[in-house]
Amino acid sequence: MIPPAFEYLRPNTIPEAITLLQQHGEDAKILSGGQSLIPMMKLRIARPGYLIDINRISGLSYIKEEGGFLKIGGLTREAELEASLLIRSKYPILIDTTHVIADPQVRNLATVAGNLAHGDPANDHPATMLALGAQVVATGSGGERAIAIEEFFLSLFSTALQPGEILTEIRIPVPAARSGGAYFKLERKVGDFATAAVAAQVTLDANGVVQKVGIGLTNVGPTPIKAKKAEDFLRGKKLDQVNIRQAAQLAGDEAQPSSDLRGPAEYKKGLIKELAKRALARAAERAGT
Amino acid sequence: MAKKQLVSVKVNGHEREAAVEPRLLLVHFIRESLQLTGTHIGCDTSHCGACTVVLNGKTVKSCTMFAVQADGAEILTVEGLASASGQLHALQEGFKQEHGLQCGFCTPGMLMSSFALLHNNPNPSEEEIRRGISGNLCRCTGYQNIVGAVQYAAAKMAKTESEANVAEGVAK
Repeated sequence: MIPPAFEYLRPNTIPEAITLLQQHGEDAKILSGGQSLIPMMKLRIARPGYLIDINRISGLSYIKEEGGFLKIGGLTREAELEASLLIRSKYPILIDTTHVIADPQVRNLATVAGNLAHGDPANDHPATMLALGAQVVATGSGGERAIAIEEFFLSLFSTALQPGEILTEIRIPVPAARSGGAYFKLERKVGDFATAAVAAQVTLDANGVVQKVGIGLTNVGPTPIKAKKAEDFLRGKKLDQVNIRQAAQLAGDEAQPSSDLRGPAEYKKGLIKELAKRALARAAERAGT
Repeated sequence: MAKKQLVSVKVNGHEREAAVEPRLLLVHFIRESLQLTGTHIGCDTSHCGACTVVLNGKTVKSCTMFAVQADGAEILTVEGLASASGQLHALQEGFKQEHGLQCGFCTPGMLMSSFALLHNNPNPSEEEIRRGISGNLCRCTGYQNIVGAVQYAAAKMAKTESEANVAEGVAK
């Protein structure tokens, strides 16, 4: 399959990239890992006139804790997340997530930021970032602005990023003591999108009572879903089996799946309920209960 | 038509360059511009991994990258695995000895993924091998013999390494 012709631009700095973005407006697309964009171009679903390749911009690939946040650079690859000792030791929910994204070759190129900026509710990081209460940093001609992840996903393939902005960083609040999280996904085969998946992140107090909780759902609606009713229910309660079961039921109710090749809507709701149960139980375990 | 751009790469140790349209996929650049047809096009949709090459030390699906993106890169394709004198790489020997192929269409991609796997992890467990080749589909073998072929290669490479160390010890 041959993609439509385009003009290829390769800026060396973020300001250069932003200038190019503004010059070409809606006809331009950022080329980062390209693992979603290029297949869409080959299918001619996407037909940008200009591709702005940001891969040669230095200083955009990093994973570090700073100022109370885990910061992931706009060009950080899934494979780098997977290999990071910091992530392995402190953020198992991110390892769960990156492990089930596509396959090794795709993860070598695909970026975490691209997984969010693509705005696909079938992608895996959105649910995890909703659970973690992340922010994304959008850089435009006026400088940087932080966008809460809850306000980032507007509709299918549409995000709060403006046409002249680039997603340059992801910020995740460093979890307090007694925090844990997990991501559970059912996929038909390696590399497939989730039939359904659930991310859960909790912080408990010394008595095992839920202080903070985030639950995100993958591929069961037009956007990634934050299961707010399930979260509200759990806050202030012990994370025991009965409460986990009730929260999982609420999360299942909050899913808005449609029937497709991956299964009927009712099945997917049931799946969310089961995966939420497992994700919350694993999160509790990792929080050290 | 967008104007052509010059792409220079080092492929299997040789400097090569060609002027290409930006929309040319890396796999077409390798097969048509460079005439290295060992790299296969299977699904052309980023699923099957037949087009896998090693680019700057990492496996990529060359059907899901533009040639212009690879400008300045070092690329290893299946043609670069055997020695100049034609001696097979341990992995190629393993695939032959352990019947790691039937129709052979997935083999170039399987070899490149296995090559990168053993480079990063010379002694992988069976699970690690299966995970390492999880981006490569084979419709013939059921994977069992491919896993066996990678294990064969890992063992052979470890033996060659230890013999080299012994020889070096003797030389000292």
